[in-house]
Amino acid sequence: MAKLKLALYWAASCGGCEIAQLLIGDRILKLAEAADIVFWPVAIDAKYKDVEAMEDNSIDVCLFNGAIRNSEQEHMARMLRAKSKVMIAYGACACRGGIPGLGNLHNRQQIFDTVYRDTASTEKNGNIFPQPSYKAPEGELEIPVFYDTVSTLNQVVDVEYYIPGCPPEEKTTWLALEALIQGKLPPRGTVISHNVKAVCDDCSRKRDIKKIKKIHRTYEFIPEPEICLLEQGLLCVGVATRGGCGALCPQVSMPCTGCYGPVEGVIDQGAHFLSAVASVIDSKDEEEIRTILSDVRDPVGTCYRYSLPDSLVRRASIK
Amino acid sequence: MSILKGKPDDDIKIGVYVCHCGHNIASTVDVEEVARRAKELGEVSVARDYVYMCSSKGQNLIRQDIMQLGINRVVVAACSPRLYEQTFQNVLRESGLNPYLLQVANIREQCAWLHEPGPLATEKANRLVKGAIKRVIHHSPIEEQSVPVFPATLVIGGGIAGIQAALEIANSQQIVYLVEREPSIGGHMAQFDKTFPTLDCSACILTPKMNEVARNPYIRLMTYSEVVEVSGYVGNFNVKVRRKARYIDEDKCVGCGICVEKCPWSTESEFDADLGVRKAVYTPFPQAIPNIPVIDKERCVYFLKGKCRACEKFCEAKAINFQQEDLFIELHVGAIIVATGYDVFDPTPISQYGYGRLPNVFTSLEFERLCSPSGPTGGQLKLADGREPKSLAVIHCVGSRDQNYNAYCSRVCCMHSLKYSHLFKEKTGGEVYQIYIDMRCTGKGYEEFYERVQGEHVRFIRGKLATITADSPDSETGEKLSLSCEDTLLGGLVNIPVDMAVLCVALEPRHDAEQVAQILRLGRSRDGFFMERHPKLDPVATMSEGIFIVGCCQGPKDIPDTVAQASAAAARALAMIVRGKMETGAITAAIDETLCSACKVCNALCPYGAIFFDEVSNVSRVNRILCKGCNVCGAACPSGAISTRNFSESQILAEIEGVLV
Ligand SMILES: Cc1cc2nc3c(=O)[nH]c(=O)nc-3n(C[C@H](O)[C@H](O)[C@H](O)COP(=O)(O)OP(=O)(O)OC[C@H]3O[C@@H](n4cnc5c(N)ncnc54)[C@H](O)[C@@H]3O)c2cc1C
Ligand code: SF4
Ligand code: SF4
Repeated sequence: MAKLKLALYWAASCGGCEIAQLLIGDRILKLAEAADIVFWPVAIDAKYKDVEAMEDNSIDVCLFNGAIRNSEQEHMARMLRAKSKVMIAYGACACRGGIPGLGNLHNRQQIFDTVYRDTASTEKNGNIFPQPSYKAPEGELEIPVFYDTVSTLNQVVDVEYYIPGCPPEEKTTWLALEALIQGKLPPRGTVISHNVKAVCDDCSRKRDIKKIKKIHRTYEFIPEPEICLLEQGLLCVGVATRGGCGALCPQVSMPCTGCYGPVEGVIDQGAHFLSAVASVIDSKDEEEIRTILSDVRDPVGTCYRYSLPDSLVRRASIK
Repeated sequence: MSILKGKPDDDIKIGVYVCHCGHNIASTVDVEEVARRAKELGEVSVARDYVYMCSSKGQNLIRQDIMQLGINRVVVAACSPRLYEQTFQNVLRESGLNPYLLQVANIREQCAWLHEPGPLATEKANRLVKGAIKRVIHHSPIEEQSVPVFPATLVIGGGIAGIQAALEIANSQQIVYLVEREPSIGGHMAQFDKTFPTLDCSACILTPKMNEVARNPYIRLMTYSEVVEVSGYVGNFNVKVRRKARYIDEDKCVGCGICVEKCPWSTESEFDADLGVRKAVYTPFPQAIPNIPVIDKERCVYFLKGKCRACEKFCEAKAINFQQEDLFIELHVGAIIVATGYDVFDPTPISQYGYGRLPNVFTSLEFERLCSPSGPTGGQLKLADGREPKSLAVIHCVGSRDQNYNAYCSRVCCMHSLKYSHLFKEKTGGEVYQIYIDMRCTGKGYEEFYERVQGEHVRFIRGKLATITADSPDSETGEKLSLSCEDTLLGGLVNIPVDMAVLCVALEPRHDAEQVAQILRLGRSRDGFFMERHPKLDPVATMSEGIFIVGCCQGPKDIPDTVAQASAAAARALAMIVRGKMETGAITAAIDETLCSACKVCNALCPYGAIFFDEVSNVSRVNRILCKGCNVCGAACPSGAISTRNFSESQILAEIEGVLV
């Protein structure tokens, strides 16, 4: 059998996905047996122009991590799409927008103002912002255009598969790679993970009827070790998050933050979580309900930590 | 780009039918244009407009297209689905299509009736229709369901409401269990002397009905009993009844009453509103049904001190049994009628009226007992010192129409006030003042009764009573009450001296209404009475299928209205029982067990108790018979595992997209 041609790329991401890919350890040898890596900026010395020169559909699979937040990333996504038979969104940012997606609460100017002007560590020497093009004496220089809105990979190009997680667990990565190596890919559109149900299904804590009278933050107390965190007032997003990770966070008393994205078929993970929490607030008194909910310090960051660009509203009003 | 992934893939052929509704729609919306635009959408095979889609000709258009063109999804653009959805569903059903493959776009109430005629109104109609078209693509057939109905009915409460309902059902030769908390049936009506507006003697019209209950072989009467638990659902309720120990064997007792006669211990009689006395072993009133006494454990000296047993010595039937214990009985019934009635308002908190402090201030219920020939005074009106009163004040709306107590009108007080004026005149010929806010005499013959009493020289004072005080004793007439009251017609304060005052107190929900509501899963309206399914169109049904509410437990009302409701509920129960089965709603929630993570978020949310957790499969499930399709659970499920039939996320989003995009 001919060896697979594999490309890996990163866009708006933190680099954690690369580390996660390496976490497969010595199984990377198995991968190397089955596949040639033709492009992987973080690890191998293939150049942009090498890829550009390839025929369309000459790469078998591209693992693309990171969201799309500037013109270069969009360009790379489109190019790799054209060159690849199968496009896989790897990790929360490519799948749902991820942490960079929270940038959709602001627009470009607001982000620039903060980063290049308002932060304490910025020198106050006027309003110097990045310009997409600059005429230097040596000629015109260009940097990518920064967008107002962060997009998921599939909002820019067609995507065949999704590997969830921030970053994906090593076993999730291997599940996908193994399927690739064996040529046993699931139906198009599949989110590859060990579970289609929510994290609760992986979680060994005891669950009962939920009635929340007070919402807590993790530093406030040490939760009971065997009882559902949500029942103890910690906003564990596990109820609204696809499992497959093994419920690692709740097992060590940290509420799930939702990185594996919504459960199979769910449109808008954050809305589902919000609606679930609102349904179990234990009060009929409007004022009391308001008080209880006012303890949610960062509602968007809690409900949509990894999925704002993938939500029905996608972003805050741009003005 | 649509946010919806995947579409049902069968060959979809949509028929769109746009109604003119005479001029109702057509004068505002260009209906032909709406049909033309619908036709342009890919999935639409045929689009027609017609003057009255709901007419048989209009219905035939749909029928023909289904039969001849193979239309398999139908959109009707017409009036509100509340009006004709069922009609059009039937058209589909008769043409061999599942009735839920229909979507109604409301272009009358939601468009034509709201807007000026013109292109904008037409555009809105276009969009509503497009939403319906996009939605109906995601419709799938829904199976309708029915449940078997066990042929027996439980009636809770044996006042006139419960008696009437039980008799109606039993007269159709169907089994009724009538459970009454007190030792006898009869309820409040048994306490009255005469009833407005006809002044029939209450006992004369009630006693025959009570006797009928005792005689009817289809009625299983359980007095001194209470329902403690109800499980199951419409058609198949399991009911647990506690039969309190009477300490008298019902099978042996012959009702001779010797025990009552010989019992040396007395206490206040609840039936006489505590104005009279009864024995520790007693029947509440002479015509009691069943005519079997009970021993009041709290008052019986044998139970309190261990000595006496006088009754036992005299009972020839050997019916006394001090060893008796409460008995729990399980019943299986198909329908339940709740007829638990009302309590009367206790006016003690309105201290300025002196009730409880001034001996000649009475409540209406006490006055009923004073008037009754079987009451504590043998029907003679007497003041605390034994004299006959020469004047009376009747005060309306005590605890009713009063923001501090009950905001509602108790509906019967104006009428029984008139009754008291009449009775007082008849019995004493004395002076009567009626202090009212408004006179509400709305029943049949009620205004005429008001006129009649007006002709009897009763003084009507329109205003709200401020205080009742006791004046220093008058040398000739003894002690007098002094009423201070605003007369809004004369425009000033008036002082009225009378011998006796009657406070016409509000009818209130039973003190234990909440407990009963919980046992039966009933809702309560703001005023605390049990909540009907629809205040106008379904006043005896409740949101709990198969459970009906009648009489004053639903809200204050007079005897004629009570009896009418009781008959109505009996008819509803009979309709279920005689058919032996009952259709329950098709629009219900379903939990996809491949997605349920057992988080239990939904478990406590269902207002109808339809969700339960299946420990074996480790998933939550919906009992389809109990589910009303409210989708409270669907909105809460963080896994999107719950979807309510015909209101799936894809249907709703497709409709929104159709309207907006
Ligand atoms: C002072 C007064 C005078 C009135 N005069 C007239 C009049 O002249 N004409 C007229 O048309 N209307 C009159 N009414 C209104 C009339 O009383 C009601 O319309 C009628 O009694 C309502 O009947 P009901 O069966 O709904 O309630 P009720 O008479 O209250 O009967 C309810 C029965 O249910 C039983 N019960 C309660 N809870 C339970 C339980 N948990 N389990 C089992 N059993 C239970 C009670 O013991 C009682 O027997 C008058 C009302 C008042 C207050
Ligand atoms: S809320 Fe949803 S996932 Fe949770 S138990 Fe109920 S059906 Fe299952
Ligand atoms: S739809 Fe409403 S009635 Fe049905 S199970 Fe869900 S919460 Fe209960």
